[in-house]
Amino acid sequence: MELRPRVLVTKIGLDGHDRGARVVAACLRDAGMEVVYTPPWQDIPAVVKLAIEEDIDVIGISSLATDHLIVPALIEALRAAGAGDVAVIVGGIVPDEEVPALIEAGVAQVFHPGAPLARIADFVRSAAARVRATRFPDAR
Amino acid sequence: MTRLSQEVHTASPAPGADPAARQSAEDASRLREAAERWRAEYAASVGAQPDAVNRSGIAIEPLYVPADAPPSFLDRIGYPGQPPYTRGIYATMHRGRSWSQRQLVGLGTPADYNARLRRLIEGGTTAVSLIPCNSVFRGFDMNEVPAELLGTCGTVVDTVEHLETCLDGLDLARTSVALNDPLPFTLLAFLIVAAERRGLDPACLAGTSNQSDYLSHCVANHMFFRLSLPGSRRVLLDEIAFCMGRMPRWNTLSVVGQHMQQAGATPAQAMAFTLSSAIQYARDCIARGMRPDEFLPRFTFFFDVSISFFEEIAKFRAGRRLWTRIARDTLGARDARAWRFKFHAQTSGVDLTRAQPLNNIARVAVQAMAGIFGGLQSLHTDAWDEALSTPGPAGARIAVATQNILREEARLTDVIDPLGGSWYVEQLTDRMEAEIERTLAIVEDAGGMYRAVEAGLVQRMIGESARRFQEHIESGEQVCVGVNAWREPDEGQTHLAQPRPDPARMRSHLESFRRWKAGRPAAAVSRALDDLTRAAHDDTANTFEQVVAAARSGCTHGEICARLRRELGTGQPLAMI
Repeated sequence: MELRPRVLVTKIGLDGHDRGARVVAACLRDAGMEVVYTPPWQDIPAVVKLAIEEDIDVIGISSLATDHLIVPALIEALRAAGAGDVAVIVGGIVPDEEVPALIEAGVAQVFHPGAPLARIADFVRSAAARVRATRFPDAR
Repeated sequence: MTRLSQEVHTASPAPGADPAARQSAEDASRLREAAERWRAEYAASVGAQPDAVNRSGIAIEPLYVPADAPPSFLDRIGYPGQPPYTRGIYATMHRGRSWSQRQLVGLGTPADYNARLRRLIEGGTTAVSLIPCNSVFRGFDMNEVPAELLGTCGTVVDTVEHLETCLDGLDLARTSVALNDPLPFTLLAFLIVAAERRGLDPACLAGTSNQSDYLSHCVANHMFFRLSLPGSRRVLLDEIAFCMGRMPRWNTLSVVGQHMQQAGATPAQAMAFTLSSAIQYARDCIARGMRPDEFLPRFTFFFDVSISFFEEIAKFRAGRRLWTRIARDTLGARDARAWRFKFHAQTSGVDLTRAQPLNNIARVAVQAMAGIFGGLQSLHTDAWDEALSTPGPAGARIAVATQNILREEARLTDVIDPLGGSWYVEQLTDRMEAEIERTLAIVEDAGGMYRAVEAGLVQRMIGESARRFQEHIESGEQVCVGVNAWREPDEGQTHLAQPRPDPARMRSHLESFRRWKAGRPAAAVSRALDDLTRAAHDDTANTFEQVVAAARSGCTHGEICARLRRELGTGQPLAMI
């Protein structure tokens, strides 16, 4: 069975710059993935609900203006809702010194400006495969 | 592949005429011979080469000759300060008065902002800007958003008192204040009330309502898009009407191409959409009974300036020429002040890279030069560390120094429109103008900018351009030094990030806001908000006048925005990829 990763591309917090989110979402869609895309400023509970309802493997958070500071709260909320296995990646402007805190909080990867789309797509595909493998250990 | 204006090189005058004609026939033949020799030599040495195409899709030739410049100097190029203003809107341009250095400022609490402002005032600044926190942009008070985000991208300003703290020590009658203040213009209302409290007539206030262009927010910078499209349309007209009567020095509207180019529009598209927006706003004002000669001189423009150097210069020269025609012929303005295309430019963050970040200093210098040669009135240069984090003080200093170097060391301001008359720049200006007009026609056919935005047409066109640009980067067709070319191993970080606002100070700002709110005369606040409701549903009332009244009664930013959202609808951008 071919794996079609299910990806949610969204923005939480207050910023509205969505060029990056749109470009990445379109790229993942064109790479054959199921992409759910939302407007910016999603509440954390709304993202958690959507991730569960849509059976999402990977959540991509785009952050251009410090919204990455509340990504740890998103991961906590996912865990509290029993969706802690969803992989969360962050793309955008994240200062180097703030990356370790994100990784420690459970972020799978941070993509900085200049990251090639192909690399992002590869990462998402393998992260989704890992998520599926944990969810359905007998599937293979 | 070289096109080289055939008409000049092949036209031969009638034979056997007078000596002057014979001379000119000889000249033409020498010219033709020189052009052919060059073409052959060029082709032999370069061979088949891919066409060079700029970001707006215009093919760029390897060489330009006199025939590429417009035939009529006076009608198409002319003198600065005279229509069609191709060379600049003032007779003196930068030789007479430099552009304003207007850097964006704003982080942390109002007290933090004021400390920064005082340093700028000591440095002799006469033009300040205020960037509020993203919570403010979204129309919320500080107690309504995640506390981690407060003050990280701008100053937290929710009340008249907060703005008073921000501007403490500033001579309001002598300083131009640019407020990043989307409608319903709460910061402008706070400024008016702050002036009144100092005993000043608001008529003395000078500055600009930046971010008043709701169409650009609906299309591209959604975080500023607070009210529904029809609600936005109404409140903007109310603000323009209010200020025209009472604040003659206030620039009511800044029409913004910057957001759209940042979101992916090509330079020609960004110029076209901006002009289309200005036409829409002007028509709306005219329908409201206002006269173009009165409101148009208070319109200003704001653009992105990318690293596509000649293209940007041509974009600005073409935009000036087009606006003259639009203001005069389409909108019927008779006063020359209405024909002048005043604009602020910001160097483009999209071109900046995280890899080898110090290279960004060179990029910003090139972008700034394009803006200066393009004839801007005011300039913000980005800090090199913008691609890494919120810019720190060292990066901000270099951004300002870049402007000083270009002006005072390199002396770019000695000659007005120094690239005017370049066969390439004149030809490119014409081509960009034609490309801009093509997009203007698409928008016009869709029923004007309001309709085109409502239908998602503009958003789709921008999305496609963003996609195409990204593909050019991925394929290497668009070179990004350090990203897809000339890569080097990471030399390690030398960057000191701007520290996040002090959480303790932000907490105390939040607590004092809560205390202040609880201590307000509640009856006056709810009366003022009810007046706002009534104004929103009464077409003869001015909603902005009620926003000012609400500020006077102690209403907060969040309360005013929430009330108008309830009455006029919330702005919802189209979500599409």
